[in-house]
Amino acid sequence: MSSLAGQWNYFLVIALMMIGFYAVIARGNMVKKMVGLTIFQTSVFMLYISMGKVANGTAPILTGEAQTLYANPLPHVLILTAIVVGVATTAVGYALIIRVYESYGTIEDDDLIKMIEAEENAEARDA
Amino acid sequence: MMQHLPVLQVLLPLLGAPLAALLRGRDMAWGLALLLTGAAFLISAVLFSLQYQADGPLIYDLGGWPAPLGIVYVIDAASALVLPVVSGLAFVATIAARRLVEAEIDARDHALFYAAWLLTIAGMLGQVTTGDAFNIFVFLEISSLSAYALVAMGAGRDRRALPAAFNYLILGTVGATFYVIGLGLLYMLTGTLNLMDLSERLAEVESARAAFTALAFIALGLFLKMALFPLHFWLVPAYAYAPSAVSALMAATATKVSVYVLIRLMFGVFGVEFNGLADAIGLLILTLGIAGAFAGTLAAILETDLKKLFAQSSIAQLGYMAIGIGAMSLTGLAAAFIHLFNHALMKGALFLAIGAIAAQVGRASMQSIEGAGRQIPITMTAILVGGLALIGVPLTAGFISKVYLVRALLEQNFWLLAGLTFISSALALAYVWKIIEAAWLKERPAGAPVLLETPAHYVPAWLMVLATIGFGIFAGPLVDAAYAAAAVFIGEGR
Repeated sequence: MSSLAGQWNYFLVIALMMIGFYAVIARGNMVKKMVGLTIFQTSVFMLYISMGKVANGTAPILTGEAQTLYANPLPHVLILTAIVVGVATTAVGYALIIRVYESYGTIEDDDLIKMIEAEENAEARDA
Repeated sequence: MMQHLPVLQVLLPLLGAPLAALLRGRDMAWGLALLLTGAAFLISAVLFSLQYQADGPLIYDLGGWPAPLGIVYVIDAASALVLPVVSGLAFVATIAARRLVEAEIDARDHALFYAAWLLTIAGMLGQVTTGDAFNIFVFLEISSLSAYALVAMGAGRDRRALPAAFNYLILGTVGATFYVIGLGLLYMLTGTLNLMDLSERLAEVESARAAFTALAFIALGLFLKMALFPLHFWLVPAYAYAPSAVSALMAATATKVSVYVLIRLMFGVFGVEFNGLADAIGLLILTLGIAGAFAGTLAAILETDLKKLFAQSSIAQLGYMAIGIGAMSLTGLAAAFIHLFNHALMKGALFLAIGAIAAQVGRASMQSIEGAGRQIPITMTAILVGGLALIGVPLTAGFISKVYLVRALLEQNFWLLAGLTFISSALALAYVWKIIEAAWLKERPAGAPVLLETPAHYVPAWLMVLATIGFGIFAGPLVDAAYAAAAVFIGEGR
């Protein structure tokens, strides 16, 4: 039991991960999908950040003292990169949503699928 | 200068991208893209020969920091084989892009198009070269993000490109995030991200379950990225509605790079000896591969749009690569590499030829090529030869792929699978026949638009067609290189 309690951070990460992933799969609204995707990505950021934590460790800053106990900075740096990637993904995603809304007038998956199917049937009739 | 080549071929397109975005004026950005992809192709050819002459892999320490502290770029037999595929296809696609982009994309967006074009190529080359697992993720996202933008640029002609790009973005990001989750677990187990270091330390890890979970996340993420059946739903609309030049580039290279990364992680890090790889993941890949071969081929037979037809056939062809990987043997892996190489040539040829038609008529449907065999014989012959290569007709590169794939399966006594591979290949005849019937056996309907062909239309596609035939007849060097690439991951006697 103590080992479970000591790993509460991972339970939090898994819960967030599932919430985000569920939203990506289950929601038909494109904005909600993007929100889910962001939550999903953030949970992974937290997975990395919490794994770098060292009990009683301080920030990894060079002080000149040899015996400083500090957190592992590498996962934190990796996540800085991943956050940048995440921001870029979000930006491209929302830009696409705006373009979709401009040309289709909706951002609901169900409506879009119907409209696309109609376009495809029209093409099939032409052929 | 020579020792910097491994990083230079990634840096040139990467740094060229912002420059291309700034260039104005007719063909300036295209010229830059042509120059840089040409240079990247030249460098990867030189790297291939350097690696061939050297005893071991060429290692480049980025910033002078040696592994495992720094990030290293590794040119071994495997990356040396895949690099020229990516950069060569990128170069030929760039030659063709000038005409295709002019026909399909608003002149205002040309500079930005080539910026994204160069970025996606840089990302793919980086994924192949780097020896750092997190670096692979970064390059994966560089190439994917620019690919989403490139697909969306098809919206000028067909607005369905937008939802296609959005779905591609969602699934691509989910795939990449799965990969990062797996990587996080690996880092927790081993404390390193260098691929070679990872494989060494993983051997000492006691918690097999955690390592297996990491493998499962990584494999699943990459299955999504390589569009392995049944995770392929993003691929067909993305290829079909993207601008023709983008369809050609992506169909020829994007999924292949993910196949390569999967091989690198599965075999280079975990290794065939890893518990659960051979029995669980290997069996899964074999099953999905053969299912994809049938699903893709059958869906292709039903399609009436040429781009969608060949996108579906890509699903089938990726299935064959997966079968090679799933065989878990030296010959199987070599077959996967051979098919990776050959399929890039065939699909490059096909999508470039179809692009030449689509740029004229808007949408390359079966109807649009009725009677085209007499009007544009050179372009249609390119499509015909590409189609025959997909089936695996002798004297084309596709035949060599199938021979080694079946040989790998028979070595392992997978008789049923070998039979199914043969049947699914033969089924591909049905969709190639549909094209022959439309293009040669039907008359061009009265009032149909007149299709044109000039050397600019067919030369890029025919470069690929000639390569397909060339590697079909003189397959020796490719087979040797593929076996050398497979030997990086699997020892003799497996």
